[in-house]
Amino acid sequence: MNIFEKLDYTILNYKINLSGAVIGCALLALVSHQTKAQTAGLTMPAGFKAEIIAENTGRPRHITVTKKGDIYVKLFRKVDDKGILMLQDKDGDGKYESRTSFGNYIGTGIYLKDSYLYASSDEGVFRYKLDANEHVINPDKPDTLVKGLVSRRQHETKSLVLDNDGNMYVNIGAPSNSCQVNDRQPGSPGQVNCPILETAGGIWQFKIDKMNQSYAEGVRYATGLRNVVGLDWNKQNNALFVMQHGRDQLTMFPEYYDVKQSAELPAECMYMIKQGDNAGWPYSYYDPFQKKNILAPEYGGDGKKEADSKFINPVAAFPAHMAPNGLLFYTGNMFPERYKNGAFVAFHGSWNRAPEPQKGFLVAFIPFKDGKPSGEWETFADGFSGSPEKTASGRADHKPCGLAMGPDGALYVTDDSKGAIYKISYNK
Amino acid sequence: MKRISLTLLIISVFISVIAQTKKPVAKKPASKANAASAAVSPAVMERGKVVYNTYCVACHQPDGGGVPSMNAPIVKTPHVLGAKPALIDIILKGMQGVDILGESYSNVMPAHNFLTNQQIADVLTYVRNNFGNKASGVTAAEVAAVRNKK
Repeated sequence: MNIFEKLDYTILNYKINLSGAVIGCALLALVSHQTKAQTAGLTMPAGFKAEIIAENTGRPRHITVTKKGDIYVKLFRKVDDKGILMLQDKDGDGKYESRTSFGNYIGTGIYLKDSYLYASSDEGVFRYKLDANEHVINPDKPDTLVKGLVSRRQHETKSLVLDNDGNMYVNIGAPSNSCQVNDRQPGSPGQVNCPILETAGGIWQFKIDKMNQSYAEGVRYATGLRNVVGLDWNKQNNALFVMQHGRDQLTMFPEYYDVKQSAELPAECMYMIKQGDNAGWPYSYYDPFQKKNILAPEYGGDGKKEADSKFINPVAAFPAHMAPNGLLFYTGNMFPERYKNGAFVAFHGSWNRAPEPQKGFLVAFIPFKDGKPSGEWETFADGFSGSPEKTASGRADHKPCGLAMGPDGALYVTDDSKGAIYKISYNK
Repeated sequence: MKRISLTLLIISVFISVIAQTKKPVAKKPASKANAASAAVSPAVMERGKVVYNTYCVACHQPDGGGVPSMNAPIVKTPHVLGAKPALIDIILKGMQGVDILGESYSNVMPAHNFLTNQQIADVLTYVRNNFGNKASGVTAAEVAAVRNKK
């Protein structure tokens, strides 16, 4: 090979490499562009795609989907003076362009079962009879099932779920952080025999066919739960599961907790609830590092002293303050087998980690076997916030809240910040 | 004893009356910018930041934007930029259930009356001159006047 031949060969080689690289880059760009369009900006495991099926719906909280794919969402703030939105995709193009609304009250909880739609205000629960198409027959005249529940601004929302035996489970959040004499005031002690627990800080059970129930007619099914937003009924072991919003601001006791510890404690806990259970609030919190229920500083704790052993342990622990607002056991057939009967959890995202970076704004998954978690939790869908910087600052574009499963097994996620509704599907 | 405390009360009332009547007179000649910068020294801002990061940042957040529907923002709101006695009163007594710029907030702000007058003055001066806010500083005497008003 003479020198010219060699030079020529090198140039040729370089050209080939270069053109290969250009084509490669273009392909990569095309693929990533396609992927982004197919995931609505979310990152998910391979094979999943996401689309935004409705936008600017207000502030949708919990969501339920009918057998024919129509959607009901409960609104956190009224839109056109109404608090329940029904969305339909009448032309079948995948976008839910048809909107009707009813219900003259704000709230979070909504649930559909056996020809009735159940929806909560911040004080009670209403029931609407559905027709054969699962459309509300008389939107202006719901039955009042429950009324007069505690609603004092903080943790005011009432989530609900039904079992298969004619009972309904309603969260009544504690209007307090940790039952201090002076709520959220540094150093203020906890109230003795926390009186809040008499009417809040737990799950109450009511009948689904009895009108005008309140505390006298209901049963305090479980106590010691500060505030539950996400909850679901596990049909495999016939048990209630709840996600608690753990307490804030351990830094109010700087002698025991520094800023970082306060950001990382306590875990956001998933509990399996049996009647009569006590999860410990306000007397204790769950420390995921020591893996123990720890005595709260308002009640003499120092970050190490263990709490009373009568308090139940969580079945799963997630990072602190991520605000679990939705819980759904996946019973569909669209997703791969490992998701079957597992739990999806929508994390609204934290604020109480400041000045440490915020966390959350994602949908997590935890596999289940026989009604118990069978592995570690994992991030399922992330990217709702828009960027890692927006996650860290807490100024997220979208905040996941409610979860529901469609008739085809697709997963629906509401965003109560910008009002987007996502549909997540799986294609092999 | 009674007589001493009565005398003290009279003196303190007298002082606060002087302070209150004197304030607007002293301020009038100075331009707005001067009045603000006069009280807003880097040292005050630094002390205010320490108080903010200890007692306020958890709820009001590092950017002062608060948390939607939960914790009030303190960026260019009428409460922060408005009359100082009302603002001082919020620190001393706390606040809940007050709509701000048409939005409601669920969490309670506890009374921070355990802070010293100087700490309150420093943190309010810091807040009124941070997060895009620009307003006159707050003095410990102004905090004392509100605290002692009861």
